[in-house]
Parts: sequence; structure tokens; C-alpha cells
Amino acid sequence: MQASIQLPDDPKLQYLLRIGDTCLILGQRLGEWCGHAPIIEEDIALTNMALDLIGQARGVLTLAGDQCPQDYDEDQLAFLRDERDYLNPTLVELPRGDFAFTVLRNAMVATWLKLLWERLRDSSDAELAAIAGKALKEARYHQQHAADWVVRLGDGTEESRRRCEAALARLWLYSAELFEDDAVDAAAQASGLGPAASELREPWLAEMREILDAATLAPPAETTFRSSGKRGVHSEHMGYILSEMQYLQRAFPGGAW
Amino acid sequence: MNATLEATRAERAWAVLDAVPDPEVPAISVRELGIVREVLDHGASMEIVLTPTYSGCPATEVIERSVCEAIDAAGLGPARVTMRRAPAWTTDWISEDGRRKLRDYGIAPPGPTADGSAPIRIVGRRAEAVACPRCGSAHTERLSAFGSTACKALWRCVACKEPFEHFKSI
Repeated sequence: MQASIQLPDDPKLQYLLRIGDTCLILGQRLGEWCGHAPIIEEDIALTNMALDLIGQARGVLTLAGDQCPQDYDEDQLAFLRDERDYLNPTLVELPRGDFAFTVLRNAMVATWLKLLWERLRDSSDAELAAIAGKALKEARYHQQHAADWVVRLGDGTEESRRRCEAALARLWLYSAELFEDDAVDAAAQASGLGPAASELREPWLAEMREILDAATLAPPAETTFRSSGKRGVHSEHMGYILSEMQYLQRAFPGGAW
Repeated sequence: MNATLEATRAERAWAVLDAVPDPEVPAISVRELGIVREVLDHGASMEIVLTPTYSGCPATEVIERSVCEAIDAAGLGPARVTMRRAPAWTTDWISEDGRRKLRDYGIAPPGPTADGSAPIRIVGRRAEAVACPRCGSAHTERLSAFGSTACKALWRCVACKEPFEHFKSI
């Protein structure tokens, strides 16, 4: 079995992993819908978005690997880290749930990523800025598509609304983590690598309120609950998704097809 | 090296790229798709600078390989491909010839890209005007925001009843 790789303690690497792992893990979750979506058009949509996200993850993880003295490639970073070294917010690792849960999470994450990519176009790291320029176009399309579905389901039937409300009550708890700052954010802000997490809170809330308003839904009240995936402390769901993702590369190192 | 000869090699390489089809939309060449940024003649080798279309487009690696093979086969190699991400590719870079060939192939070409900084519209959005590539009718509707490849959406013509693909403008 292939052993885990070790990462240096570097705030730039950690900032990049928070972004790259968000794309990687949400891409994996969306891929789970392949063959299971309620209609063929959404089966295609979810897997297309998964593909865009995996492509974005590849770009960011390649850049992250360049920050390591061992010069890891994107596959080593994607498949050979221990759970604590994945730095995605907990929001994206939650099991895919029903279709309402999936489209609402997509709307929340796509809105967040869109705002983040917008800012990262001005990153002091030219490669990150270039990745952002492309990813922004994709995130806008994802946001539009997911928002359309949130409106359709929220302002839909009694059943679709009930499911949307349930999804919102659960997902909203995990949104607070997206906007929590720490030393990684301070370093990124100081070097011009990218914005601190808290800078995106207000614009994100404004866009989410617009989407939820149109869906006749209301954002839940704030709570004191804070998830901690960005610091590597994940929910109980993370180990399962990683074991599925990593099995092949752990058992057959370097396996390709 | 003679300057005229150099220019000729680069020009010949551009002509070769005009005949390398996009693997997923073979009706148009990689040059017509607007992903070839530069052709650099290094004398003993040829460097082709490409810009990827979508972050996760699985055709990217096939394109790299077919570009190298075509340049090598034309005797202009050894060729190598380098990727340039910025500025990001936009469908505005698809050539007029490329647009005509897409239409002839049954794919509605992309319209001009929207202002990327505008916030998304949740309600009261005007439907995009996409003309049917078969009968030209503007009486069309979108069936699916995503399609068989990352770059396309699925539409249908209400006039002639035929489904068709639309190259999304990004």
C-alpha cells in the first residue's frame, strides 16, 4: 500500500489547499449523482459541473504541489494525503442528500467560489490569477443553474418546498465556516495572494438573500455552531469519501488508465 | 538562419493547425476554435502555445497530442505544446469560418459573451436568442443547460421540431 505524503507547514500551501480541496471534494460528491439524478438533463448537469470542479481542483492542486519542497503533483495531493491534511470546509463533504440538498449546496458553494475567483483574478500569484480567470466563467454558469433550481423547488410544490427548507436549515449551519479568518487568511491578505475569508461574507449574503427571496425562502438565523474542515478537523463523513477516492491509488500506486 | 525561411515554417505550421480537428467537435479545427495563441519557431523545433477551453475539458490532452503529431508529420517538428491560461479562452475567439462550420454541422454557434462582472439574474431574465442551425428560426427553447460536452447546451427548435446543440458563450 502507498504511504501518505507529508506536507510542509506553509500558509500559502494551506490557502491553496482550502480552495483546491473544496473543488475536489464537491466534484467527487456531484459525481456520485451520475446515473442517479431525477432527470437525464440534471444527470448531465451535475456531472458536467463535477468535471469543471475537478478541472479547477487540478489546476489549484498542481500549483499547491509546486509550493512543496518534494514538488508533489496534483494526483499525489488528491489521493495520498491523510484526512487531517485536506482543508476543504466541511460544507462540501456532507453526503449528497436529496436533490434539494444538492442544488442548494451547489448554489451556496458556486456563489462563494464565484466571489472568490473574482477576487483571485488579481492575485499576486500569476498562475492562481490565470486559473481564476477561467474558473470564474464556469462558476457563474454553475451559480445560475443552481439558483434556478433553488427558486423552482423553494417556490414549488409543498413537497419540494419542505425538502428545500430542511436542506437550508442543515446547510446554513455550515456556511459560517466559509467566512472565518485565521493566520492563513492574514498571510494571504498580506502577500496579495487572495482575500481573507471574512471579506466575502457580505457579498455572499447579499447574493444568497436574492436567491432565497426569489425562492420564497428565508435565511436561517445565525448560530454559534462552527465546523472546522478548513483546519483539517472534518465531519465523520470525510473518512468515507476519502477511502472511496483513495482506494485505487493506495492499492495500486501510480495506477492509470 | 534565414528570416524568410523561419516565417515560412511558422506559416506552414499555422496551415497545419487549420486541419487539426477538435476531437469533440470535429467540424472545426483547433485554429478555428481560437485556442492557438502562438506558433514559435525555434529553428530546430516548433512550439505551439494553446489556451485550454474549460478547466476540466477531457479533450485537452488529445488536442495536445494531435497537434504535436500533425506538426511532426508535416516535417516541422519536433513539436511541443505549452499551455497559456491567461487571458482565459472565450468563445468570442471562435473564427467566422468556425462559426459557419458549426452551423453547417448542426451546432448553433455562441453569441457574444455577456458582461462577466454583472450579477446573475434570478428572475425576469430574458431568454437567450439562439437561431436554429437547421431552419434559421428564432423560435427555439433550451432543453438542458448542459450537454454532451462541457462546451455545449441542448436546445430544440419549436418551428422545425428538431433538437440541436448550442455552443455556450463563455
